[in-house]
Amino acid sequence: MKQLFTFIRKEFYHVFRDQKTLLMLFGLPIAQIILFGFALTNEIKNAKIVIIDYAKDRASAQIIERIEASKYFEVDKTLISHREMEAAFKEGKIKMALIFPENFNYNLLHTNSNQIQLIADASDINTATTLTNYMSSIIMEYQNELMKENLVTMTIVPEVRMLYNPQLKGEHTFVPGMMAMIMLLICVMMTSISIVREKEMGTMEILLVSPFQPLMVILSKFVPYILISLVNVTSILLLSWLFLDLPVKGSILLLYSESFLFIITSLALGLFISINAKSQQSAMFISLGLTMLPTLLLSGFMFPIENMPLPLQIISNIIPSKWYYIIVRSIMIKGSTFVAIWRETLILGVMTLFILIISLKRFKIRLV
Amino acid sequence: MSDAVIITDKLTKRFGDFIAANELTFTVMPGEIFGFLGANGAGKTTAMRMLCGLSTPSSGKASVAGFDVYTEVEKIKLNIGYMSQKFSLYEDLTVMENIKFYAGIYGLSDQEIADKGMALLQQLDLEKESKKLVRELPLGWKQKLSFSVAVIHKPKIVFLDEPTGGVDPVTRRQFWDLIYDAADKGVTIFVTTHYMDEAEYCNRISIMVDGFIRALDTPDHLKQQFNAKSMNEVFYALAREAKRSAD
Repeated sequence: MKQLFTFIRKEFYHVFRDQKTLLMLFGLPIAQIILFGFALTNEIKNAKIVIIDYAKDRASAQIIERIEASKYFEVDKTLISHREMEAAFKEGKIKMALIFPENFNYNLLHTNSNQIQLIADASDINTATTLTNYMSSIIMEYQNELMKENLVTMTIVPEVRMLYNPQLKGEHTFVPGMMAMIMLLICVMMTSISIVREKEMGTMEILLVSPFQPLMVILSKFVPYILISLVNVTSILLLSWLFLDLPVKGSILLLYSESFLFIITSLALGLFISINAKSQQSAMFISLGLTMLPTLLLSGFMFPIENMPLPLQIISNIIPSKWYYIIVRSIMIKGSTFVAIWRETLILGVMTLFILIISLKRFKIRLV
Repeated sequence: MSDAVIITDKLTKRFGDFIAANELTFTVMPGEIFGFLGANGAGKTTAMRMLCGLSTPSSGKASVAGFDVYTEVEKIKLNIGYMSQKFSLYEDLTVMENIKFYAGIYGLSDQEIADKGMALLQQLDLEKESKKLVRELPLGWKQKLSFSVAVIHKPKIVFLDEPTGGVDPVTRRQFWDLIYDAADKGVTIFVTTHYMDEAEYCNRISIMVDGFIRALDTPDHLKQQFNAKSMNEVFYALAREAKRSAD
């Protein structure tokens, strides 16, 4: 046990001596979240919108007046028909359209409720969300004033339609996807490099001649990266809550347990790569090729898997980060419990076990 | 012969059709400095790796420190030290951290580590450098430190695989002082080299050619046997017969 501790301490020396890498390991998730956070919360000014007013009455005029007064929107009055509007969306001339139904004022006064349709170009999710929020708040304000004047509750319901991307994929998917990326980067790449380095330097031979068990070598290599990864999970979650206003809806404990599982998956992958790589450089490139690229392309985090050709859909199933990504998204955004994600967890668990067993076996063969 | 620390009997290692080490039979006595010579690719390292438990023999028998190389590798590991061709300290750790690490994985107690660490630093005159990173030391010092670390747990036998590669003659001489010092304390030294001046320092020498041990005796006897003035001539006489090309 004491020997293990000695070894783990040595691993921490390695990690902390290499300050540039250390800075990258801890700084990368923070930098990404902050960059993304700013991109997201950036105020949008003078967004081009179109208003199609079928009502042309007092209420619609008052709302339009308010919209024109706001610095967020620039109203294009030249368009009048639905078809023109669609063409303008496609050409990217406008970001949003606002449609007043006929008899807007009349219905509002008589039924005390009415709808306005908001159509936003959701291919740019951040802008679309921000614009609909601005617009809704302008409508809300107007509604509150009407209530004061008439002493009756009047509701104007903005009916929001997101064009091109109805589920608003992207904004919320960024954080779970990034968690998978960061953990792969740290665990796979750093572990494989660290093991290959011992081989390259010749220290591995010394270790194998010593009474220290090979299994313990691996275990000691894992410990620092497990800790670094858990710190990174924490910083990502904290920052996404503070900056992106994206708290974890489900159980934090469950999220950490699943992340721990994925960390082990990544470490096992790192070990697997280290067995096959001859030099630190090749370990790095294999790690990048085997983990980063498939994660970016096939985990569903950048591109929806449903839209891919069938062969790619099938291949995506063997990418561990796909399953982790689904799990994190479910817990963080949908607030799912274990019941909803047990299958993904099982798949990830079996994958991990499989990689771990193969790697450990091959690691032993290498000693003979 | 029963108190010999290394006994091999027809020890052989095959890689497919290639016989890297062919029916090696020899014994090494306690406290002896046993030189293992041969051209590159003659099979020295393979033989050494089998004795260290890094490689399983294909056939033959061998025991190291009284333990069998097939079945008691873990016990052998507790009784040997090893220094490889490659420089084997951690460059990004300080001198003291390296000492503590290697002593630690051999299970020495904190007290022992502290005592031995200090003694070792004094012996090598490295006290002022104890907190320096190893990468800042000159190569000669690194080699000496490497050797001292390899014997820190007082092994019965220490295996040195071309320990002085790339080191200047003065430092090599100092390195051999360390080896003599360890041998005086009863540590058996098993050393491979291709420096013939180093061969003269050994008590007994075996010369490997193409996987076979072609000569095994004291340096003086070998010179007589081959009617040679120096070990260099002995070595050339044998190495000329080699059919394998160097690796």
